[in-house]
Amino acid sequence: MGVLESKVPSGPLAEKWDKHKNEINLVNPANKRNIDVIIVGTGLAGGAAAATLAELGYNVKTFCYQDSPRRAHSIAAQGGINAAKNYQGDGDSAYRLFYDTIKGGDYRSREANVYRLAQESVNIIDQCVAQGVPFAREYGGLLDNRSFGGVLVSRTFYAKGQTGQQLLLGAYSAMNRQINRGKIKAYNRHEMLDLVLVDGKARGIIARDLVSGEIQRHSAHAVVLATGGYGNVFFLSTNAMGSNVMASWRAHRRGAFFANPCFTQIHPTCIPVSGEHQSKLTLMSESLRNDGRIWVPKKKEDAVAIREGRLKPTELAEEDRDYYLERRYPAFGNLVPRDVASRAAKERCDAGFGVNKTGEAVYLDFSAAIMRYGKEKALTSGIKNPDEATIKKLGEEIIEAKYGNLFQMYEKIVDQNPYKTPMMIYPAVHYTMGGLWVDYNLQTTIPGCYSAGEANFSDHGANRLGASALMQGLADGYFVLPYTIGDYLSDDIRTGPISTESSEFEQAEKDVQERISKLMSGSGQNSVDYYHKKLGKIMWNKCGMARNEQGLKEAINEISELRKDFWENVKVPGSSEGKNQELEKAGRVADFLELGELFAKDALTRNESCGGHFREEYQTPEGEALRDDENFKFVSAWEYKGEPKDAVLHKEDLVYENIELKTRSYK
Amino acid sequence: MKLFLKIWRQANANSKGKFTEYTLDGIEGDMSFLEMLDILNEDLIAKSEEPVEFDHDCREGICGMCSLQINGEPHGPDRGVTTCQLHMRRFSDGDTIVIEPFRAKAFPVIKDLIVDRSAFDRIQQAGGYVSVNTSGNTIDANAIPIEKENADNAFNAAACIGCGACVAACKNASAMLFTSAKVSQYALLPQGQVEATDRVMSMVKQMDLEGFGNCTNTGACEVECPKGISLENIARMNREYYAASIKG
Amino acid sequence: MSGLIKSSLARKVVMALSGLFLVVFLTQHFVINFTSVIAPETFNEWSHFMGYNPLVQFVLQPILIGGVVIHFIMGFVLEIQNKKARGIGYAKYNGGANAPWTSRNMIITGAVVLAFLGLHFYDFWVHEMDYKYVSGLAEDPTRYHEETVEKFAPFWRTVIYVISFVLLSMHLWHGFNSSFQTMGVNNKYSPAIKTITKLFSVIIPLGFIFIALYHHLNPITH
Repeated sequence: MGVLESKVPSGPLAEKWDKHKNEINLVNPANKRNIDVIIVGTGLAGGAAAATLAELGYNVKTFCYQDSPRRAHSIAAQGGINAAKNYQGDGDSAYRLFYDTIKGGDYRSREANVYRLAQESVNIIDQCVAQGVPFAREYGGLLDNRSFGGVLVSRTFYAKGQTGQQLLLGAYSAMNRQINRGKIKAYNRHEMLDLVLVDGKARGIIARDLVSGEIQRHSAHAVVLATGGYGNVFFLSTNAMGSNVMASWRAHRRGAFFANPCFTQIHPTCIPVSGEHQSKLTLMSESLRNDGRIWVPKKKEDAVAIREGRLKPTELAEEDRDYYLERRYPAFGNLVPRDVASRAAKERCDAGFGVNKTGEAVYLDFSAAIMRYGKEKALTSGIKNPDEATIKKLGEEIIEAKYGNLFQMYEKIVDQNPYKTPMMIYPAVHYTMGGLWVDYNLQTTIPGCYSAGEANFSDHGANRLGASALMQGLADGYFVLPYTIGDYLSDDIRTGPISTESSEFEQAEKDVQERISKLMSGSGQNSVDYYHKKLGKIMWNKCGMARNEQGLKEAINEISELRKDFWENVKVPGSSEGKNQELEKAGRVADFLELGELFAKDALTRNESCGGHFREEYQTPEGEALRDDENFKFVSAWEYKGEPKDAVLHKEDLVYENIELKTRSYK
Repeated sequence: MKLFLKIWRQANANSKGKFTEYTLDGIEGDMSFLEMLDILNEDLIAKSEEPVEFDHDCREGICGMCSLQINGEPHGPDRGVTTCQLHMRRFSDGDTIVIEPFRAKAFPVIKDLIVDRSAFDRIQQAGGYVSVNTSGNTIDANAIPIEKENADNAFNAAACIGCGACVAACKNASAMLFTSAKVSQYALLPQGQVEATDRVMSMVKQMDLEGFGNCTNTGACEVECPKGISLENIARMNREYYAASIKG
Repeated sequence: MSGLIKSSLARKVVMALSGLFLVVFLTQHFVINFTSVIAPETFNEWSHFMGYNPLVQFVLQPILIGGVVIHFIMGFVLEIQNKKARGIGYAKYNGGANAPWTSRNMIITGAVVLAFLGLHFYDFWVHEMDYKYVSGLAEDPTRYHEETVEKFAPFWRTVIYVISFVLLSMHLWHGFNSSFQTMGVNNKYSPAIKTITKLFSVIIPLGFIFIALYHHLNPITH
C-alpha cells in the first residue's frame, strides 16, 4: 500500500482492539517520568489525552490559544454524545453503532477505527459520570437518552443543549487534577507556529506567547495535535472565531499527509445569514429535528409572499405546505442524516421556495409537537376537554423544558418568538471530517506526531452522524491515544530530555520569525478579514454544498491568486511584540489560503458524490448522491510539495470485511 | 444608527490606560455587539490605527471568553446573555456607549479590553474535580441512580461558563458565585461526596489568595450571570464550608 | 476550625451572627421600650431589672457591647478589603441595574447607625453609668419612664432619632435577610424568611419612631 500503512491489527473485527492493546509495547511507570509529551489543543481530545497521559505518568505540556483550556470549541457542542449502552433496550449494540457510523459516513471510513470507537463509547459514559458530568436523567434517577439523525435507536446521552460544555468541563477538571499534581504544565494564550522534526521525528514545537509575543521553543518526545477542524476556511461557520488549521497545516508542511480535505459537514439547522457584517453562524441543535417539522410553501407565489412580508407562515394552510423531508424520505423523515437534510434544503431554496428575505431559509416548525405534547400532558394531568389555548400552553411548557435555551438563543438573535412562529433555518459549515491522515495508532505520517479528535480524518468518513464528534474526541483522548502512543514512546526511554538548542529548533524558529516579519511587512492595502471573507465566499460558492468541475477549477485559480495578493498586500497593524490579534488572524488566514486550494483540488479529484461531498455531475435522476465504490473507495492523503497545486495524492484503499457496501438510503 | 463609543485603551499590563472616543455610523440592529466592534476595528485598520483588542471566540454565548463592561454592566444591559449575544437593536441612534474591561484586582488588564482571568483556573485547580482515574474502568454509569432534582441542580450549577461577569458586577469583586457553582455541582452528586471537605476548603482558600472581595449578598452576580447561576449555590457552599470547618 | 477564623467566609459568618444577635437585642429593646407608651409602670419595673440584675449587667451587657463592636469593626474591615479587591474602579458603574441601593450601601447606613449609637450611648448608657457608679446615687425603681420621656423633649433629638431609625430600617432591609443566606439558608422557606425579615425591618424601626414621636408629643407635665 506504499507509504500509507494503516497498521490495522489482524483478526476478527471485535477482537482487533483488545488484541492490539495486548501486543503493543508499554512504558514502565518509572520510565514514563522521563518522557515529555506536548499536546496542542485542549478540547475534548486534547484535554482528555493530556489528563490521561499525565495520570499515566508522562510529563505533559498543553498549549491552547484561548485564555483557559475550558474555552476550546468543543464547549459549543449542543446535542449529545452517542454510546452503545442500550439502556433503552431498543436493540442497540457496539456493532449497530459501528454500522450506523460507517453507513452514515457513506462508506468512506476505516472499519477497525470505527469499531474501536463504538466499543469505547460505553466507557466514555461511565468515565464522565464518575467525573461528575451532570447528564440528563429520568425521574427514576437513571440516565436519559434521545435520538439523533440517521439512526433508529435512542443512544444519545445529553446535558440539556450543553453537552459539549459539560464533557469539556469534565476533561478540564481531569486536567486540573493533573495540573495540581504538577504533571501538566498548561501554556494558555500560546499558539503553535511550527512543528520541529529532529532526525525525522516530531520532537517539539515553536510557539508564540500571544500576550508577550515571545517566540518559544518547546521540546518533547512526541507531539499530539488535537486542534480541531478547519471549517473556518469558509469564514462563516459554526466554529469559534479563533478555530484554525495552523497546527495541522504546519505539520502537513513538515510531512504529515492531509486526508480528505474536501469532506466537510454542512449542518442543516443553523440560523440563516442576516447581513454582510455577520461574523459567524449559530447552530440550532440537531435534537430540534426530533420535534420540529421542516417545510417550505408548496406554491412559489406563497414563498414570494412570505419573503415580501405579505403572508405569515402561520397563515398558510396545512395542505399548502411541503414537508419535503417527510415527502422524500418517509422512513427517516425529519431525522435523515445531516448531509441529506442540508442538500434537500438547498434544493428547495434553489428552486425558489426559500422563506426569508434572501430566499435562503426553510421553516422548522414546532406547532405540531406543541399540540401533541399539550394533548398528552392534558390527558396525564386529568384535564377533561381542554380548549386549544390550554393545550398550546401545556405543550409550550414541555417544549420549553426540552429546548428552552435554544429557543431563547434563537429569539435573541433573530428577534422572533419561535413558540409562536416557525424557526427559520439554513445549512452552515459545521464540522470537517477530513484532517491529518493517521494510522490505527492515531500517528500521522511523521513519526512521533499524533493527531486526535476532529483534527484527524479517521472515523467519520464522508459525513459525520450527530452526537459522534464528542464520542470520537473523548475516545481518542481518554482511551485510545494514551495507549497507542506508548508503543512509540517505548523506544524513547533512554533518549533523555530533548534539547531545544539543536540546529533543527534554531532553523524552525528562524522560519517562524521570517514568516512573521513577512506578514508584518505587507503593503498594507487590505485587512486580514478582507482576505478571509473573500476566501470564504469562494469556498461557499464553489466548494460548498454542491460542487462541479468548472467551479472547483475556478476556485483553485481564484484562491491561488488571492493568496498571492494576501502575501503582498495584507495589512497587519501594530507590532509582533506583545498582544496583536490581527497578527494572530493573519497567520491563520495565510494557512487557510493554502488549505482552501488543496480542498478544492481534493474535491476535483474525487469524481463521485458521497456524504458531504456532492458533485453535481454525479447524482441519480432523483438528485441523490451517486457514489462510485469501484474507483473511489479510498482515503485521499495529500503530501505537501510546496504549492497546494503540486500536492501529491496517496490513496489508502478502504477494505470492508464486515460490512457490505450498499447505496445509502433513508427512504 | 450612529453611535458614540468611549473605549478603554491600554497598551499592555504595565502601561496606564485611558478612554478614547470613537464615532461609528451605519450600525444595524441585527449586528451583535462584537460585530459592531469588528466594524470599528476595520475602520481603525483602514486609518492605520491600532484596532481595539477584546477577547471573544465562540460568539454563541458558551465559551465565556468575551468580557466587556458595557455602560456599567458586564455583558451590557440585556439579561441572560454574553457580550457576543447582545444585539445592537438594544441601542438607539445617537447613544453613547462606555466600554471598559472587567475590573478586579484579581483580573489584571492584559491589553485594552482583555483581562487575565487565570485566577479562575487556579481556583478550579485547587479542587474543582473528582479524583477518578481516566482509565474507563469505573462502575457502570447507571450503577448509582441520582435523584433527578439533584442531577438537574448540579447541571444548573455546572452551566457556569467562567466568564467572570459575577466578579465584574459585584461591588466587592467577589468570586463567590463562580466558586460556589463548582462546589455545588460536586456537592449535589454522589461522586463528589468523598472529597467534599477538602474541596471546599481548598477552593475557598485559593479564592481568598487570589484577592477577590467578600460576598455581601447584594445579588448583583446572579442578575448579571449570563447562565442564570443562582445564589442558592453560594448558600450551599457556605453550608459545605461550615460543615467542613467543623469536621476538621 | 482554623479555616473559620481566617477566611472570607469566616468573616461573613461573624457579620451574620453578630448581626442576628443584634436583631434579637433590638427586638427585646423594642418590647421594653414599647411598654413606656402603654404601661409606664411595667417599663420602670423592667428597666430597673435590666439596670441592676448582675447577670444582665456583667454578662449580657459586655456580650452586647462586644457584639456591636465586632459587627462594626468587621464591617469596616470588609469594606476596606472589598474596595481593594476592585483595584481600578469603573468609569461607569450601573450598580442600580443589578442590586438594590440598600444592599450596596450597608457601610453608609451602618455608619449612620453607628453615629446614632454614639448619641444613644451618651444619652442613656453614660447617664446610667454616671448615676450608678460615678455619682453613686441610690436605686430608684421609678425614675426610668420620666427620664426617658424627658429625653425626647428637644425637637432636634427626636428628629435625629427618627432619621436614624429610617437608616436602621434600610440597614436591616438588606442585612437581616442576608444573614440567612450567609448562614447557608436558601431553600423553600427562603421566600417566607424574606417576607418576615422585611416586615421586621420596617415594623420595628417604625415602632421606635412611633415611641420617639409619642414621647415628644406627650411630654410629662409636672
